[in-house]
Amino acid sequence: MTKVQLALVIDLNVCVGCHACVTSCKEWNTSGWAGPLADQNPYGADPTGVFFNRVQTYECGTYPNTETIHFPKSCLHCEEPPCVPVCPTGASYKREEDGIVLVDYDKCIGCKYCSWSCPYGAREFDPIQGVMKKCTLCVDRIYDKTLPEDRRKPACVLACPTSARIFGDINDPDSEAAKAIRDAGGFQLMPEWGTNPANHYLPRRKTTMTLHKDELVRADNPLKIEGELPRPKFNAPSIDDLSSW
Amino acid sequence: MRPAFSVLFLTTLIGSGQGLLIALVTAQFFFVIGAGKGGESGAFYAVGSALALVLLGLGLVASFFHLANPQRGWRAAARWRTSWLSREVILIPAVCGLTLLYAGVHWLDWRPVLVVFANGKALDLPMAVGFAAAAVSLLLFVCTGMIYACVKFIRQWASIWTVVNYLLMGLASGFALAAAYAGLMDSVLRDFLVADALALTLLGMATRLYQIRRNGHARLRSSLKTAIGTHHPQIRQITQGFMGQSFNTIEFTAPGGAETIRGLTVFFTLAGFAAPSLLLAVSLGGTGAMLLVVAALCQYGGLLAERWVFFAAGNHVQNLYYQAKA
Ligand code: SF4
Ligand code: SF4
Repeated sequence: MTKVQLALVIDLNVCVGCHACVTSCKEWNTSGWAGPLADQNPYGADPTGVFFNRVQTYECGTYPNTETIHFPKSCLHCEEPPCVPVCPTGASYKREEDGIVLVDYDKCIGCKYCSWSCPYGAREFDPIQGVMKKCTLCVDRIYDKTLPEDRRKPACVLACPTSARIFGDINDPDSEAAKAIRDAGGFQLMPEWGTNPANHYLPRRKTTMTLHKDELVRADNPLKIEGELPRPKFNAPSIDDLSSW
Repeated sequence: MRPAFSVLFLTTLIGSGQGLLIALVTAQFFFVIGAGKGGESGAFYAVGSALALVLLGLGLVASFFHLANPQRGWRAAARWRTSWLSREVILIPAVCGLTLLYAGVHWLDWRPVLVVFANGKALDLPMAVGFAAAAVSLLLFVCTGMIYACVKFIRQWASIWTVVNYLLMGLASGFALAAAYAGLMDSVLRDFLVADALALTLLGMATRLYQIRRNGHARLRSSLKTAIGTHHPQIRQITQGFMGQSFNTIEFTAPGGAETIRGLTVFFTLAGFAAPSLLLAVSLGGTGAMLLVVAALCQYGGLLAERWVFFAAGNHVQNLYYQAKA
């Protein structure tokens, strides 16, 4: 049995781009013991702020043959995280027990070097606290015994109205996450860098239905024409034995 | 990438500090092996390396402006096994310490002979300390260069040429400074140092321009296809997910765009390399220090612009995810 690797599996076929995960993530993580996710100039003309999760939108093809892809993006908790070895202080680390990549805010000196070593732009620097921040997979709630068991999930997963986000141990073949990756063609982002991201995405799927020609008209209509049936003869058999008219 | 002034000053200042130190050690060695006639006083080396120490110290001060939590800076020595940044953090004080030692033994004129070789030449303490200081300085150049060269997500940085250029530009500016110093002190070393500075400046110009040429046809290894895992030949971003700014749109872009980079490239080629080379060449064999001082200062300004361009021209893979606001 391999090590536990917690991760998110995000179904791009289901995501509707509502940003519920973005706001619930911000809400949960700005209210925790680790201090707020700072916003600067939030109501001004040029706001900035720290988010762990962003939903982006892409379009494929040319009008009218286009397809819209809503694409949530957060730290992918890479199994070979390039951001970890470059950190001079050891503030960035990958947990042995569950594979979550974390930043120790008490050790981080704010040199930003780790953010240069993430190809996904997953890390966001907090200029107020002066430390690097990123998705923690809600490490402060998934193990919280005071919560009912079905609520011990990342805030984004609980918030998603379409259940596009699946949370689980991708190394456990029986987990919902591992099954989804296996059965629905889960893939990793930018495999060319060898980061081996733990988070996976499920591809967009075409939903099609084949209609045969005879299904378009009433099969029991002898004339294959929609409309009034011809009037029967006056003396054709009828229910009251008087007349079919 | 956004050029942070703290890092521009850090890398250029310690670069010329290390270069100056290596220049002094080279000059001392030049006499020890008997290539030059006479010698220089201990005070000459002591004051020169004190100057190098000032430059290193200023660089260190600049580096602290880069850290958001400088009070924890000492922690940065922890991961020297994996992080080039950590290695640099360890080597900067090491170079400072050795430079201080080098200045000290020269100032006190304390020259106990350590080893006598078969050919009659001897290694005394100042020379031995000098070798150690120069060796650690060279290692520091490698560390500083590797900090950038090992960021594989920035194609423009991720090559051996980054290290070569950090080394050559640091040496060139240090030797130019040493030449100006020798000129001011009316030292016999003046021409030796001017010739070295000229050669290093020309070499540095060649390798830097080569790197720019090479980066001109650098291709990104990733595309929007692999970024979002959709195999469609035509993908465009509609929105990056927010209308304002974020760390990702600030840290990974440079103000000014391609125009500024082009303009400053011309500027640093002239101010950092061409003009100092000319001034150095003209002063070769002459006397006086005015031109040499101008050459060193002009070169430093040029190299500062060079460092700006180095950062601004770095295009990070993550920028694929930040292309459109809506
Ligand atoms: S997504 Fe980026 S920040 Fe997260 S583990 Fe991978 S490299 Fe590190
Ligand atoms: S910003 Fe913090 S976590 Fe990132 S490399 Fe620097 S010290 Fe490590």
